[in-house]
Amino acid sequence: MTAALEVRGLKTHFFTRDGVVKAVDGVDLTIAPGRVLGLVGESGSGKSVTGLSVLGLIDPPGRIVEGSVRLEGQELVGLNREAARRVRGRKIAMIFQDPMMTLNPVLRVDTQMFMALRAHEPVPKDAARQQALAALGRVGLPDPEQCLTAYPHQLSGGMRQRVAIAIALLHSPSVIVADEPTTALDVSIQGQILQEMQRLSADTGVALVWITHDLAVVSSLAHDIAVMYAGRIVEQGPAEDVLAAPRHPYTRGLLDSVPGEAQPGKKLAQIPGSIPALVDLPPGCAFRARCSRADSACETMPEIADLGGARAVRCFHPLEGR
Amino acid sequence: MSAPLLELDAVSKKFRRPMSLGDRIAAKLGGTVVPHEVRAVDGVSLSVSHSETVGLVGESGCGKSTLGRIAAGILPPTSGVARLDGKPVMSEGRHPHKLTTRVQTVFQDPFASLNPRRRIGDAIAEGPVAHGLVDRAGSRAYVADQLSRVGLDPSYASRFPHQFSGGQRQRIAIARALAMQPDLLICDEPVASLDVSIQAQVLNLFLELRQSLNLTAIFISHDLGVVRHVSDRVAIMYLGRIVEIGPTADIYAAPKHPYTQALLSSVPRLNRRHEGRRAFKPIAGELPSPTSPPTGCHFHPRCPLAEAQCRSVAPELRPMGLTHWAACHLAVKT
Repeated sequence: MTAALEVRGLKTHFFTRDGVVKAVDGVDLTIAPGRVLGLVGESGSGKSVTGLSVLGLIDPPGRIVEGSVRLEGQELVGLNREAARRVRGRKIAMIFQDPMMTLNPVLRVDTQMFMALRAHEPVPKDAARQQALAALGRVGLPDPEQCLTAYPHQLSGGMRQRVAIAIALLHSPSVIVADEPTTALDVSIQGQILQEMQRLSADTGVALVWITHDLAVVSSLAHDIAVMYAGRIVEQGPAEDVLAAPRHPYTRGLLDSVPGEAQPGKKLAQIPGSIPALVDLPPGCAFRARCSRADSACETMPEIADLGGARAVRCFHPLEGR
Repeated sequence: MSAPLLELDAVSKKFRRPMSLGDRIAAKLGGTVVPHEVRAVDGVSLSVSHSETVGLVGESGCGKSTLGRIAAGILPPTSGVARLDGKPVMSEGRHPHKLTTRVQTVFQDPFASLNPRRRIGDAIAEGPVAHGLVDRAGSRAYVADQLSRVGLDPSYASRFPHQFSGGQRQRIAIARALAMQPDLLICDEPVASLDVSIQAQVLNLFLELRQSLNLTAIFISHDLGVVRHVSDRVAIMYLGRIVEIGPTADIYAAPKHPYTQALLSSVPRLNRRHEGRRAFKPIAGELPSPTSPPTGCHFHPRCPLAEAQCRSVAPELRPMGLTHWAACHLAVKT
């Protein structure tokens, strides 16, 4: 079976006045149809830039300097504008954190959905309407008819995000990249959206890249996890294995700092320090300044090493497995 | 039991949109005008004992921040009264003002609450100097103490807010609140905008300071995990009312109100002893608009158990245990 999406050695750098920001510096990802990959990291880890790079949405001063992104075998890096436009929205789609920023506030939902449909194929108005209604129904909007004639500001946050998801689904893409799509929503609405997405990926076979900082969301949604730190993947593997027995000290630190599992009122295990600035990152493992296991070996960058069982970790001193 | 430190006595807060020109003309001509009114907080009573931390949880629009601001003396309640040690937090009258410095607030976004053009040392010293807690000559040393207490280098006093990371800025906000030597700290989503690893650092700082300074706190958050970690008691709010309140362990182990139950089951939990992917059981439906809340129990349109009486009669808080209360007609004691 070919992978729905295969990213190899992706490097996206931003050439700023202060120096080169290596936001993404050698990322490999593979995701099969119908699977959900949780791409986890804190702010500045490069997870969003990875998502944008996959869709070719990096603007100057940023540039993909190296690597390959294959969508069902088709190379996306280096496509010209027109060819990229034909792929985007049809074979691969993106959902953003804030639907108020992605939906046009002065156009009705139906207008926006028809535009998205006709961007790729001429569709008569009736058929377009039917397709739009079907897409809105699929994401669990209670009254698709009424929603079609509404403006974005007339919808609640959760409904707006459902419309954004419906637009992403219009052309039945093989991959959807979702960048923190539930972060701005209330917990009860987040639960609804997560349930819909779980169902949609199982029903339609769409591969989901779910970018988030929230490990709890990933633990209930994703099949696989990739943890990013300072532009690189430091650990990846099946979700239950990584969560149950993390091998990278950073993954372990992240998991331990989530309140809720810890004994209430006791001190949480915390990672000292903060994420380093990505301009002129010193050589070696980017996590070593915050790591209790670091020694002189960590002054060179560890390669990501296969651990078997589909797991990999980028560390000279990985934690013991179970 | 000693008297509570903070007492909120049936406080309500209504926000009213100013009448539009058309409405005012209609009113002048003797027409009837329906005021646009939001009952952000609707008759809430809550008392907080000395050195206790009470968590306030709810989704957006439930009134948790408004309730926090009433307790902090930032907003005057429309009716009811907030008292600290038996004395009102705010004065009465047309232009009520705060009467005490013993309540201080830490807000969610320190970028918004710190003046970007003031050095943080000045921002921290301003309140204590104005209220005579320290004289101007001693303020430099005082600020240095406050900064080192929250784990920041005293030399940072001459820097500006933009020179700090989010976590550091939140430490500054905490230092500024504590510089007023409060007895009660209102924390309004203090860690919501922080990364997980930084959030843990700030929560640890909060736990440490609470113990060393013997602080009483109201901790407002939408994050059930965070609230569970820091609170002695938890109050769950829905559309302006407290629907359930009780000791943290009881609320999380045996929630009585259907909303609390649904909230707890719809929150994704980090499950490290993993049974694989979980099926979600989310709460159906949207949050109703606070301008026109449902009749009776506000939760009835989304409640799987709702009966006829839920649609007409608003339930009172009823005891479910010694210190555990729930506002539901159908909840039963165990």
